[in-house]
Amino acid sequence: MPKIIKLKNINKTYYNGAPLHVLKGIDIEINRGEFVSIMGSSGSGKSTLLNILGILDNYDTGEYYLNDVLIKNLSETRAAYFRNKLIGFVFQSFNLISFKNAMENVALPLYYQKTGRKTRNKTALEYLDKLGLKEWAYHMPNELSGGQKQRVAIARALISKPQIILADEPTGALDSKTSAEVLDVLKKVNETGMTMIIVTHESGVANQTNKIIRLKDGIIESVEDNSEHNFSSFGIQNIK
Amino acid sequence: MISILYEILNTIRRNKMRTFLTGFAVAWGIFMLIVLLGSGNGLKNGFSSNFGDRLMNVVQVSSWRTNIPYAGFQSGRRVNLDNRDVKLTSAEYGNYINFVIGNINLGSKNISNGAEYLSSSMSGVNPKRIIIDGAKITQGNGRFINDLDIRENRKVIVISQRAKEILFKNESAIGKTVNVSGIIYTVVGVYYIENRQDVTTSYIPISTAQIIYNRGINLSNFAFTLNENIYDKETNDEFMSSYRKRIAQVHQVSPEDDNAIWYWNRFEGYLEMANVSKFINIAVWIIGIFTLLSGIVGVSNIMLITVRERTREFGIRKSIGASPLSILKLVIAESIFVTTIFGYIGLVCGVGITEFASQFFQPEQAGRNSFNAFLNPTVDINVAVQATLLLIIAGTVAGFFPALKAVRIKTIEALNNK
Repeated sequence: MPKIIKLKNINKTYYNGAPLHVLKGIDIEINRGEFVSIMGSSGSGKSTLLNILGILDNYDTGEYYLNDVLIKNLSETRAAYFRNKLIGFVFQSFNLISFKNAMENVALPLYYQKTGRKTRNKTALEYLDKLGLKEWAYHMPNELSGGQKQRVAIARALISKPQIILADEPTGALDSKTSAEVLDVLKKVNETGMTMIIVTHESGVANQTNKIIRLKDGIIESVEDNSEHNFSSFGIQNIK
Repeated sequence: MISILYEILNTIRRNKMRTFLTGFAVAWGIFMLIVLLGSGNGLKNGFSSNFGDRLMNVVQVSSWRTNIPYAGFQSGRRVNLDNRDVKLTSAEYGNYINFVIGNINLGSKNISNGAEYLSSSMSGVNPKRIIIDGAKITQGNGRFINDLDIRENRKVIVISQRAKEILFKNESAIGKTVNVSGIIYTVVGVYYIENRQDVTTSYIPISTAQIIYNRGINLSNFAFTLNENIYDKETNDEFMSSYRKRIAQVHQVSPEDDNAIWYWNRFEGYLEMANVSKFINIAVWIIGIFTLLSGIVGVSNIMLITVRERTREFGIRKSIGASPLSILKLVIAESIFVTTIFGYIGLVCGVGITEFASQFFQPEQAGRNSFNAFLNPTVDINVAVQATLLLIIAGTVAGFFPALKAVRIKTIEALNNK
């Protein structure tokens, strides 16, 4: 199986006052097409790990290969290029640009790929259609429900045809019914072959994924196969 | 390029208030600057128009009766200037003057051509009078009094454009004759003075005037122009006090007697005007710079707020692939776009209002006693364009540093910015 993500002994320390060793030698390998969740309580380092995976933050030591490219000490410009080409983000707070309508928000990654306006708007409409939001294409974010906003964000993450989707608590701001819908969308996207990594602290969300990486105090506590989706919140599958 | 323009237009359309506030600061700054510069120019133009094209360095000397008893004479004695004063002036004060010319006022005369007539003052003059009075004769309108006229005591006359229109209508006056209270003169020239279309004074040679009107060597007044040795108030005062003493001594009048011999020093007026002009200039520039500064501060303030407000948006853009440079370009291009458009609006409004105002301040045409306080309050288009460019650059710089700051914030922090 080709490895899309390889993390080797990743360390990260924050120096705000007292040094805080957040990631203490993380080793992870993720195959192309996997549906993975990273779980952990707050302070476990899961957000930091996601930021490093998304090239939004640097790490101190170790090696991070994304699609066989070593991601280390990149300039902002280079990092932006890789984010645009390889990564699609889905955030808890959606992060849509408020003064752009749904279609323009979805089309934005293509703007930074220097795609022409007509082509990118057409492509954006196609992606919105796939996510069942065609009629909402010309609505502003504040005219959309939470679930719709998240689906717009997913469309935006998909439009640049990235190698991986990183979702940071994608259902954190949604009610249970909408959460289920959004997770369903993410699952369907994964079924098309897209590698999907979800960071969450909700066991219900994690249980939808096929592999659960549990993080505690900056180290990997366990990596569990969850293809049966019978994960219990205690992380002990075998006791039933 | 077109792509970034679309992006800007989209942003502007969706952020009308912010754009309007930025633009208003720019437009207002430019508008005020233009109106201000225009007003300053109006004042200056008003002042200088009152001097017209006449020489600025002329001193005219006239006489009347003594007011102060002096050297055994009672007051009330008539003092007469004559050719000897002219000779003395050029002989003894040659270092300070260019030329001296005598002048005879012949008072009001009836000038007629057939049935057409007018009453106009007449003067016997030297050829150089044309310079002192700032009169002009255009091609085809003959010539002024010349040296030959004086030597041969010719009966020739130079009339004003206005007199010509009355006496000769649309015909040419050159070579024709006019009747001045029974004496026939040949018209050799027609002159005009800028901004003084109602002037009707006629000029004849001074020698002719002295003979025909029986003036002997007497003069009504004489005038001389100061040369470069008199250049400021100090040298002017020094020269004048020495000169007054000398002339007073010759005519045996008190040097303090302003009624006996009086001096009209145009240079003093010029110095005052130059002072006023300088003051207006400085005032306009100081106020202008502060106005511009307040415009710049306004723009940079709004830019600062704008960029701060957009930190999260920039974070989002960066997370989906915007390079720091592209963000910087976006902000600066938007700043340039907004300041240019609104700067131009301010420019057009400012120029419009100054041009509109200048319609109300046409030069006075009432003749000798007219005074323009305000004339042509407009600005040089170069100044306006330069000011606009300056504000655009300032707006860009004002936007640049906050933008740079925003771009340098780590993407992840920008994303978490509320």
